[in-house]
Amino acid sequence: MAYPLIGSRFDMSSDISAQLQESVQTAMTQSVPLKIVGGQSKAFYGRAMEGQILSIAGHQGIISYEPSELVITARAGTPLQEISQTLAAQGQCLAFDPPHFGETATWGGTIACGLSGPARPYQGAARDFVLGVKCLNGKGEILRFGGQVMKNVAGYDVSRLMVGALGTLGVLLEISCKVLPLPAEEITLVKPMTSEKEALAQMIFWGNQTVPLTASCFDGEKLLFRLGGIAIQPAQQKIPAEVWNEGNLFWIELREQRLPFFTAAGPPLWRLSVPPTTPPLELSEEKQLIEWGGALRWLRSDLPAETIRAIVAQVGGHATLFRGGDRTSEVFHPLANELEKLHRRLKEQFDPRLILNPRRMAMNW
Amino acid sequence: MFQQLYPLIPQSVILRSDEEVRPYECDGLSVYTERPGVVIIPNTLEEVKTIIRFCHTYQIPLVTRGAGTSLSGGALPRKDGILLSLAKFNRIIKIDPINRTARLEPGVRNLAITQAVTQYGLYYAPDPSSQIACTIGGNVAENAGGVHCLKYGLTVHNILELKVLTIEGDWLTIGSQAWDTPGYDLLALITGSEGLLGVIMEVTVKLLPKPEQTCVLLAAFHKVTMASVAVANIIAAGIIPAGLEMMDNAAIQAAEDFVRVGYPVKAAAILLCELDGHRDEIDKQLKQVSTLLESAGAYEIRLAQNEQQRLQFWAGRKAAFPAVGRISPDYYCMDGTIPRRHLSEVLQRISELSQQYGLAVANVFHAGDGNLHPLILFDANRKGELQRAEEFGGKILELCVEVGGTITGEHGVGIEKLNQMCIQFNTAELTQFHGIKSAFDSAGLLNPGKAIPTLHRCAELGAMHVHHGQLRLPELERF
Repeated sequence: MAYPLIGSRFDMSSDISAQLQESVQTAMTQSVPLKIVGGQSKAFYGRAMEGQILSIAGHQGIISYEPSELVITARAGTPLQEISQTLAAQGQCLAFDPPHFGETATWGGTIACGLSGPARPYQGAARDFVLGVKCLNGKGEILRFGGQVMKNVAGYDVSRLMVGALGTLGVLLEISCKVLPLPAEEITLVKPMTSEKEALAQMIFWGNQTVPLTASCFDGEKLLFRLGGIAIQPAQQKIPAEVWNEGNLFWIELREQRLPFFTAAGPPLWRLSVPPTTPPLELSEEKQLIEWGGALRWLRSDLPAETIRAIVAQVGGHATLFRGGDRTSEVFHPLANELEKLHRRLKEQFDPRLILNPRRMAMNW
Repeated sequence: MFQQLYPLIPQSVILRSDEEVRPYECDGLSVYTERPGVVIIPNTLEEVKTIIRFCHTYQIPLVTRGAGTSLSGGALPRKDGILLSLAKFNRIIKIDPINRTARLEPGVRNLAITQAVTQYGLYYAPDPSSQIACTIGGNVAENAGGVHCLKYGLTVHNILELKVLTIEGDWLTIGSQAWDTPGYDLLALITGSEGLLGVIMEVTVKLLPKPEQTCVLLAAFHKVTMASVAVANIIAAGIIPAGLEMMDNAAIQAAEDFVRVGYPVKAAAILLCELDGHRDEIDKQLKQVSTLLESAGAYEIRLAQNEQQRLQFWAGRKAAFPAVGRISPDYYCMDGTIPRRHLSEVLQRISELSQQYGLAVANVFHAGDGNLHPLILFDANRKGELQRAEEFGGKILELCVEVGGTITGEHGVGIEKLNQMCIQFNTAELTQFHGIKSAFDSAGLLNPGKAIPTLHRCAELGAMHVHHGQLRLPELERF
């Protein structure tokens, strides 16, 4: 069954691309910096910046969704909730499990931030599922890249380049994304554990088996696994841990950062992305929460950025000042010199006047 | 032109004579040939750097070549340029079974990766049909696919880190051994960039644990429509097969004549559906899939009873291209992708075009992900047939764009599909592509003339298409 392409629910009145285009063109002519906003649910993320507000929230609607094609296309201002619910009604989901960080989260903001949830190491990241985008570059031109098909190698992969670019290369107007079936069965397993080393070893071990893991977490007190798929019971029996019937809520709280680890008052939240088999980091005094099979370590710490980054860089990872702290500093791990120059050149090719979310990602552009 | 380079590198790595350079005149798309100015097969990173810096200093075009299996002319050399073969960089640098990664030089063959890691119960998922020969560097440059893309993704989904030399001879580390990196997703941008942005000198791939069990079903249908309904129903039921392939009657017959695996030669279409996972999962899915195939009208369903039979089922599909090569002096392989729901319509129109151009066509289809490979049969020795085949192919690609698809799913644009790029992308989009290129290679020295057409070319082509439907040079016969 095709989803209605054009109907009363998704009428054309929610297409404001012409106004958005005009705003960008005007801003370009006058060299006015624009601050692109959707639902403001991720306003905390990235560097603080000033600019004239360009709201995409009114650019709404699911444009096409055909469950048997495994593809959904929606305008950037469409609430993420609407997308998730529409997919769930057909037994499908966004397999990268994106965090909402608030009810107002939009489809465009989700892709522009490029964040993925607990399922990421097992099912893929936001960038793995994006198939195509329609966007406005900094010259106010409406451009389409990619499409609605799984395999497409015509031209450079600009669609994926936009994922996580924080709007600095273009204003996202529409995004097409691959979707997957919801797992037929899902179960959470829990085991009390206090040793970080042991927890990491377990995550790696089970990650290398053919058990259908879809999430893993260690919070300092317990180790948790989520299994998902078809006929998962035999796999579940292999892992020596207890079934936790309310476990599914835990993963949502983890993804949305509503666990006490995240909500407690205290030092800024750092996101450390490291190779999964990295042993416990030399930050033992600081409080950590580990997910992604060891590849993602959340840290609450007042240590200087240089200290944290030096430790993480040594193991081949990078550190992001995720929430709190000095938002005018380089919140993202500084790039190597050659890469930094290349980023700057790419930015200029998409946005020659540097008007799209300038300095949201890096201090100099 | 290259005289200044010769003293800088060992003579043994330079091929200059006609006999030496002839094998490099073309890649897998042999209808295009060009004599390379010089072929260099360096042994060391220092030599590669020297060559790249030389090209940069003297503004000389540089075409990088892996195994030369490109089906779109991506590695077609230039007579005014250097052909850089990375064949000697074929070392597996490190296998990390715990992190499930392998660090590779660009000349490692695709199949050699899986062969090297099988002892750890792991494998590398992307499996382009040329996997016995094609190399990982080329796979990254083309974002190679294969028959298992629907479940396991393309090359872009299966790599973590690249070490790339820029045209200035600087090193870029793109991606990392972690799951993500700060800044823009340059890993995605470089993957599939057809050698236009940098020279890939090292690749870290992700490895997957081998599934406990794999099984294959073969279903035969009296109508192509029935087979495409079956595909849609399987996916709508929440099943993602590891592979889901379709062949039409012409392809079935050609394959059966060639490899004799017992394909139902009277079927209008067959589907091959591979399921993998653990035993209980597969048992459950097998029952579901069989029911879905039956209800879509399959008149025969076979389950491979053992590994040997499973490989036999696949042998026909994997031999489809050479099988068609046996029945026709030449064939031209297209690579469009379409939204699957348009399959019947597209096949119908391909069949009409086939009659119009007087050239037969056989279709193999990565049905799960909508990637269509029509093989146009022709004889290059017959006057005008090559041109007709190319025109027919161009029409098929335009048809793919028209129904919301793309001109290339996995083979790349190369030199072959430049005209169709003008149809898929408008001037602003092409300009943006050229902008990306210039951020990496402002002088346009890396694989020039491939992948992205010039605006001039598209303008000329556009002029040919318009004029109230009247073509330029109307006296020329067009079929």
